[in-house]
Amino acid sequence: QEKLDMSMYPVESIRNFSIIAHVDHGKSTLADRLLEITGTIAKTGCNKQVLDKLQVERERGITVKAQSASLFYNHNEVNYLLNLIDTPGHVDFSYEVSRSLSACQGVILVVDANEGIQAQTVANFYLAFEAQLAIIPVINKIDLKNADPERVEKQIEKLFDIPVDECVRISAKRGTNVEKVLQKVIEKIPPPHCNTADPLKALVFDSTFDHYRGVIANIALFGGEIEKGHKIVSAHTKKRYEVNEVGILTPNEQPTHKLYAGQVGYLIAGMKEVTEAQIGDTLFLYKQPVEPLPGFKSAKPMVFAGMYPVDQTEYNNLKSALERLTLNDSSVNVHRDNSLALGAGWRLGFLGLLHMEVFNQRLEQEYNMSVILTAPTVPYKAVLSSAKLIKEYGKKEITIISPAQFPDKLSVSEYLEPTVLGTIVTPQEYIGKIIVLCQDRRAVQKDMLYIDEHRVMLKYLFPLNEIVVDFYDALKSLSSGYASFDYEDAGYQAADLIKMDILLNGNPVEELATIVHNDKAYATGKFLCERLKDAIPRQLFEIAIQAAIGKKIIARETLKAYRKNVVAKCYGGDITRRMKLLKRQAEGKKLMRKIGNVEVPRDAFIRVLKRQTDK
Amino acid sequence: WPYCRKRCSYCNFNKYVVPAVDEAAVRACLVREAQTLLRLSRVRSITSVFFGGGTPSLASPGTIAAVLEAVAGAAHLPADAEVTLEVNPSSASTPRLAGFRAAGVNRLSIGVQSLDDAELRLLGREHTAAEAREAVEAARRLFPGRTSIDLLFGLPGQSRSAWARGLEAALGLCDDHVSLYQLTLERGTVLAAQVQGGSLPTPAQDLLADMYHTACDALVAAGFRHYEVSNFARKGALSTHNLSYWRAEQYIGVGPGAHGRFVPWGEGSCSREARVQTLEPDAWMREVQSRGHGTRRRVVLSPLEQLEEVLALGLRTDEGITQERWGRFSPQLSLEAVFGVPGEAQELQQQGWLVLDGSGLRCSREGLALLDSLLPALLCQLQR
Repeated sequence: QEKLDMSMYPVESIRNFSIIAHVDHGKSTLADRLLEITGTIAKTGCNKQVLDKLQVERERGITVKAQSASLFYNHNEVNYLLNLIDTPGHVDFSYEVSRSLSACQGVILVVDANEGIQAQTVANFYLAFEAQLAIIPVINKIDLKNADPERVEKQIEKLFDIPVDECVRISAKRGTNVEKVLQKVIEKIPPPHCNTADPLKALVFDSTFDHYRGVIANIALFGGEIEKGHKIVSAHTKKRYEVNEVGILTPNEQPTHKLYAGQVGYLIAGMKEVTEAQIGDTLFLYKQPVEPLPGFKSAKPMVFAGMYPVDQTEYNNLKSALERLTLNDSSVNVHRDNSLALGAGWRLGFLGLLHMEVFNQRLEQEYNMSVILTAPTVPYKAVLSSAKLIKEYGKKEITIISPAQFPDKLSVSEYLEPTVLGTIVTPQEYIGKIIVLCQDRRAVQKDMLYIDEHRVMLKYLFPLNEIVVDFYDALKSLSSGYASFDYEDAGYQAADLIKMDILLNGNPVEELATIVHNDKAYATGKFLCERLKDAIPRQLFEIAIQAAIGKKIIARETLKAYRKNVVAKCYGGDITRRMKLLKRQAEGKKLMRKIGNVEVPRDAFIRVLKRQTDK
Repeated sequence: WPYCRKRCSYCNFNKYVVPAVDEAAVRACLVREAQTLLRLSRVRSITSVFFGGGTPSLASPGTIAAVLEAVAGAAHLPADAEVTLEVNPSSASTPRLAGFRAAGVNRLSIGVQSLDDAELRLLGREHTAAEAREAVEAARRLFPGRTSIDLLFGLPGQSRSAWARGLEAALGLCDDHVSLYQLTLERGTVLAAQVQGGSLPTPAQDLLADMYHTACDALVAAGFRHYEVSNFARKGALSTHNLSYWRAEQYIGVGPGAHGRFVPWGEGSCSREARVQTLEPDAWMREVQSRGHGTRRRVVLSPLEQLEEVLALGLRTDEGITQERWGRFSPQLSLEAVFGVPGEAQELQQQGWLVLDGSGLRCSREGLALLDSLLPALLCQLQR
């Protein structure tokens, strides 16, 4: 296969840019059109989300993994190399977005002509703004009936301080004016500021795992050049590799002889695991170390969930499925865990709820695995005051991953809970209800600002655990879908946390103990008791289901005893059927867990612990 | 007799509603299968015969007579053997009933279900309350002391007082045997779909328990013996046939979907088998015509499985399982050895649900209503 010669594209002819937008505003469609116009892909009627390679991405219409594509475009007699770096559109992946942006000099900010500025438009704008990138506002979907580009242009001017005449109005679906976007990219976005004479400095902004070729790292060169045979080092792991192949993505891999400063492409260098090519890492030549690019951090999990096989016999299958799935997703945190009710499993840390859902969906689609997901919990912390415990853990501040680990109040000087700063953009008629919802979630208002005559942007500081279960759903529901939500990590705050036990006729059920904020103890306790009541079969005596904090009972449900439980008819034809059913019940009895004198079926715990959203 | 004129809203039995029945063919097959199975079982004497279905009263007395003749021909059918026919009030005119009596029937079981017209409509029954009354009165004249009525309680939307009224009316009308059933909403029935869909209310558990207990008390007060979960008899009018199910005796099922429990000595076997005949009438007839019987499935019951049936069925009656009967099925392990040792049975006894003594093992009055909560534990203990 003939290799491309990248030396034909001097730095001045290069433009590195990204497309950022709120979910569903047309980012990926615009990317499709740009690929078509530049001849990178053939123009057919069926180019849809070309850059979204994962099945789950295509189904949910979202971009999960960042991809890139190099486009060639001739404008005014000059051959330009335009590197498009597609970015994940969801808040969970904001770290990936920021790394992709650091490889760019400008962005196309896409805004839906009807919906206007939404929460992630704002969030992504700020990411680009802080990175000091050129911003080209593009108003999309002007072909739709309710489009109001003028209104949106005014919003952009008001909120982002960008003059109205800089906006380009397009329809990515139809292709209207898309060529003008390309021209603006060339005009408004500066070429990269770097030198091929400098030592090699490459940013890793994504990586994928290929079974035959190993890890393929997406890189952007900030200096120097790179080719096959070069010996390179990772600034983060300090490991050394030899480059096997370099190339560009169009969007499939196309090997080249070399890659030069300012260019974007991929590299294969004998790395075996994606953890060896982490997003944000810097690569340099052996014996020529450089200052690593700023902003690198290990992926931080925001949401934890327990994941268990439906049956313990599936444990090994699930284990290997997880291993293979995480090959390509280094941002999932994996810890082994054990539950009294559900057996051996894992506690996984995800970047967010969407990340968790996508992961679960990929498990089902790509590995055919069905799992039990227990309610997500967040990483609480405790500042220990007991010398004994400090010695045991080896540090003063510990992360509490499960209720069994919850240190007693007496040994702790302070409990901490993770918080996030949430941005809500909503039409004004829902402000009242939303404020009530936020207050209900122990959030503190930090800012409130009118974007235009109709809409408000609210900023609240939320405890993370209050939004991980169903905040987004509740918000969407009470605003008829119009409110949008985005959030970012905001550190830890002191919190009045307690461990709540669930009791059956006075005996504690270990599997259901939870860590909860004192303010929410009653509501959570009541909820768990109600769910448990529905999950346990009636027995010959009354069962008291209670939620307790220490010795104090805070909520209670009663499961009344059976007064009649005998099948009415039992003659010739019924007998065989009856015996089958009875024997099955007898078998089930053997599998039941006995807590005191109460018999609890194994799936009772699952039903209580399971995430209850049926999306 | 698997045929009915229409399907009631709560029924999920093996019943068929067809425009025309080739009675002669069905009759011939019933006769043939009865003969084949009787010979196979090498049974010498018959204690009872039960004509069920479907709606057996839709068959002609001639068919009944033919079957009884066939039975008498293949084994000894004593003159006083109980011969029951299930009857639907809409096919129970006096002449018709007299015809059945002449054919050899000596006991009737009438599907009254309810004496309230609105309830009967809800149940999809073919008859009115007045017709039901007439049928019972006609039956009592022809079969005095040998008429049983079926009653249902716990209908969706039925109030306590409505049931009390119904009970009173039934007690005024009935003979010496009552079968009282709590309505069970079976999946796939019209009634279940209505309740599921929300157009009818689900009866509350407590209300059902109350209705049952009220009925038991009323019947006992009127002189009935509560001899099985759902069956009441006075003046000794117990159903011999049904008792043989609960006492795990031998019985032969003839006809589409019929069930049997017997030892097919005629094939050289010496183990008790659970047998069921082909469900679908046309298929059943073809099988009977080609090989003499339409047995769809036969499973040998292991000694443990037989004991499990003895246990689960015997506890439904007030006499429970006698030491003697248990001994027949379990010569090595007595009731005491299984249930008299520390374990589930003892706990249940202490709680007052069970009684184990010299006579045998049985439920207490309170325990009977909760039998299905007791059985899984007892089965576990038996299996161990």
